Amino acid sequence: MADTVKPRVKAPKTAKKGEVFEVKTLIQHDMESGQRKDKQGKVIPRQIINKFTCTLNGKTVFSMDLEPAISANPYIVFQVKATESGKLEFKWFDDNGSVYTFAQDLTVN
Amino acid sequence: METNNTAGKSRLNRRHFLTLVGSAALALPLATLLSKTAHAGAKEADEFLKSKVKGAMKEGRVKIIAPEIAENGNTVPITITVESPMTEKDYVKTVYLVAEGNPNPGVATVNLSPMMGEAKVDLRIRLAKTQNVVAVAEMSDGSAWKGSQEIKVTIGGCGG
Repeated sequence: MADTVKPRVKAPKTAKKGEVFEVKTLIQHDMESGQRKDKQGKVIPRQIINKFTCTLNGKTVFSMDLEPAISANPYIVFQVKATESGKLEFKWFDDNGSVYTFAQDLTVN
Repeated sequence: METNNTAGKSRLNRRHFLTLVGSAALALPLATLLSKTAHAGAKEADEFLKSKVKGAMKEGRVKIIAPEIAENGNTVPITITVESPMTEKDYVKTVYLVAEGNPNPGVATVNLSPMMGEAKVDLRIRLAKTQNVVAVAEMSDGSAWKGSQEIKVTIGGCGG
């Protein structure tokens, strides 16, 4: 599973102070809901991304708890206000304990 | 299913076919009965929200933008916006998103902060059938606001 999980983030590298910009995130993940059954009629166990966080210099900007009702390949778009330069870090937490990360520098001028 | 099509076996195939049709006819009402009990209703969704949100929920300030008709319930794009200045003193703390007709009412719990500047989030969600989607925003001052939107679903998105 972990080999196929690939986070993608689209966020600007530079922004003017006070500007509100959009951050688009997508991660490849089946988001197995735990509602589906296999051919033998056995329930396929749930395995989803249950939490997503975005931090700027360690301070949480946005976080979200996901339920099985979030589509496969979770696509999350939110707004960030350019307050300071630093590192934008993104984390996705899998039911199986894995954490997928992505980081990008932001320059505010 | 068997795909043997020699002349001698054609009668057997027909019998096989008829049994299949019969069992399907029996299974259909059973399936609808099961699907009725398996989905949360508006009441469950409301109870779920009340367990999360303290205080009264007022209508307004929260908007859900979604297609009127979602062809595929597996990925329904929705946008949630909340009227808020998003400053240190006055911002949206949490948005609870629930679906009234899904097996479980909870869809997502979104934690916002003043560092966002604007309370707007886009998501793609699964919907089992045509239903109301409700978002409740909890503000930093303790008030709670509610918005909802009916979304028609052509093909449900909960798998078999």
